[in-house]
Amino acid sequence: MSALLELEGVEARYGPVRALHGVSLEVPEGSIVAVLGANGAGKTTTLRSVSGTVRRTGKVTFDGKPLRGGPEAVARAGIAHVPEGRGTFTELTVVENLRLGAYVRRERDLKDDIDRIAHWFPWIPERRNQAAGTLSGGEQQMLALARALMAKPRLLMLDEPSLGLAPMIVREIFRIVRELNEQDGLTVLVVEQDARIALDTASRAYVLEVGRVAVAGSSEELERNESVRRSYLGY
Amino acid sequence: MQQVVAGLASGSIYASLALALVLIHRATGVINFAQGEMATLSTYIAWTLTTNHGWSYWPAFVFTLLASFVGGAAVHQGVIRPNEKGSLLRVVIVTIGLLLFINGLVTMIWGGEVRAVQSPFPTRTIEIAGVAISIQDIGTIGVVLATVVALWLLFQYTKIGLAMRAAAVNPAEARLVGVRVTWMLTLGWGLAAVLGAIAGMLAAPSLFLDPTLMAALLIYAFAAAVLGGIDSPVGAIVGGLTLGVGLNLIGTYVDFIGADLRLPVALAVILIVLLVKPSGIFGRSEVRRV
Repeated sequence: MSALLELEGVEARYGPVRALHGVSLEVPEGSIVAVLGANGAGKTTTLRSVSGTVRRTGKVTFDGKPLRGGPEAVARAGIAHVPEGRGTFTELTVVENLRLGAYVRRERDLKDDIDRIAHWFPWIPERRNQAAGTLSGGEQQMLALARALMAKPRLLMLDEPSLGLAPMIVREIFRIVRELNEQDGLTVLVVEQDARIALDTASRAYVLEVGRVAVAGSSEELERNESVRRSYLGY
Repeated sequence: MQQVVAGLASGSIYASLALALVLIHRATGVINFAQGEMATLSTYIAWTLTTNHGWSYWPAFVFTLLASFVGGAAVHQGVIRPNEKGSLLRVVIVTIGLLLFINGLVTMIWGGEVRAVQSPFPTRTIEIAGVAISIQDIGTIGVVLATVVALWLLFQYTKIGLAMRAAAVNPAEARLVGVRVTWMLTLGWGLAAVLGAIAGMLAAPSLFLDPTLMAALLIYAFAAAVLGGIDSPVGAIVGGLTLGVGLNLIGTYVDFIGADLRLPVALAVILIVLLVKPSGIFGRSEVRRV
């Protein structure tokens, strides 16, 4: 398997504060890769350095070509980034959020795509004209995911999809992500604090500690790793 | 009744300019103090085309709208954008500078004298249900109404309109889905300039054209926008019409106010709304999540 996304020695900073100290990782085409770590370890910044929402140095390669430019260009390259804390336009309706998700595509008729989305999220069509801000937290997270799928991305980046959600809804979201991967071959890079569900879903994972990759390996290897188990799985 | 229609006509002019202010405030978070002067400049362009170059009214009207759109977009790209990285106050001061600049420019080119502007509509009145209504008033309301409907269609049903709304409500998120936010703001400035130009051209026949044409109108428009809620397009329209009718009725029936004291009434409206309900009729008070 070739790597769809590859980071090599990526550094990023917010003003004078350096958040990433040379992160290297690979996301093979068709796989789910998880990035784990405590608060402030640089998980979110790793995704941001890919989507161009933070200034970075180092090499980021997507589909064999260097990835350049701001988020607009990255979105056009085929990467959909669902940011932390429900990336929806709360003042716009559900269907407007979906239309915006497909913004980078040329097709005018989105009916088929919305039907496809309805297969994963059956509640969406009946609430299409509701403002996204009036949805529950779990629904907003699902809408953010649905919106990202509307772009037909080659790579989906999820930032803490479990944040503040009930365990049942978290399991539902990860189930959908896994099925999208198995059925459509969608490549996923997910950042997650809930290490257990992330390792259950991903085939490969990286553990970040203060802006560096501390441990990397297959999910099984990490589950067996003594220190990962103690720090992140809690047993 | 006659006064109500006349009020609606001037109110629709306030509404048009108020809508321009709201568009820009929603997108950039600042009041564009130069909005009125930009409209004055547009009106002079239309006047020059019809008076000096023999254009007939409507082609000159359309050409002026196009020129205003380009001008508004150019102002954003050339003057506002380089200052957007700084504080909001900096942008506000830039728009005030722009106000002075355009005012000086207009006076330099066209001089300060007052000029009569032809109206596209006849000034005679027609009688509807026993009420004499001026055709000019109906025409003014019609033009603004058509503009508002066109804008609504643009924002509601087109991809680019949706992208402009997204860029205004959540720029960071909009960039992530691939919207080129800066260009959307530029488009917004262009559209706002078009709205201003419409207000200016509709106001000029009855107010006469001189470099201060829009000075008072901008205050009325600001009052209308504040009344309706500075971030609400619907509010700008309702606020404009309410203010137009209200001022006209007060001016006619309240003796001590008359026509001369309308401007202070508008200022009082701004003050009272800001004191009592700062978010306006249709505005929502801002909730910041931490």
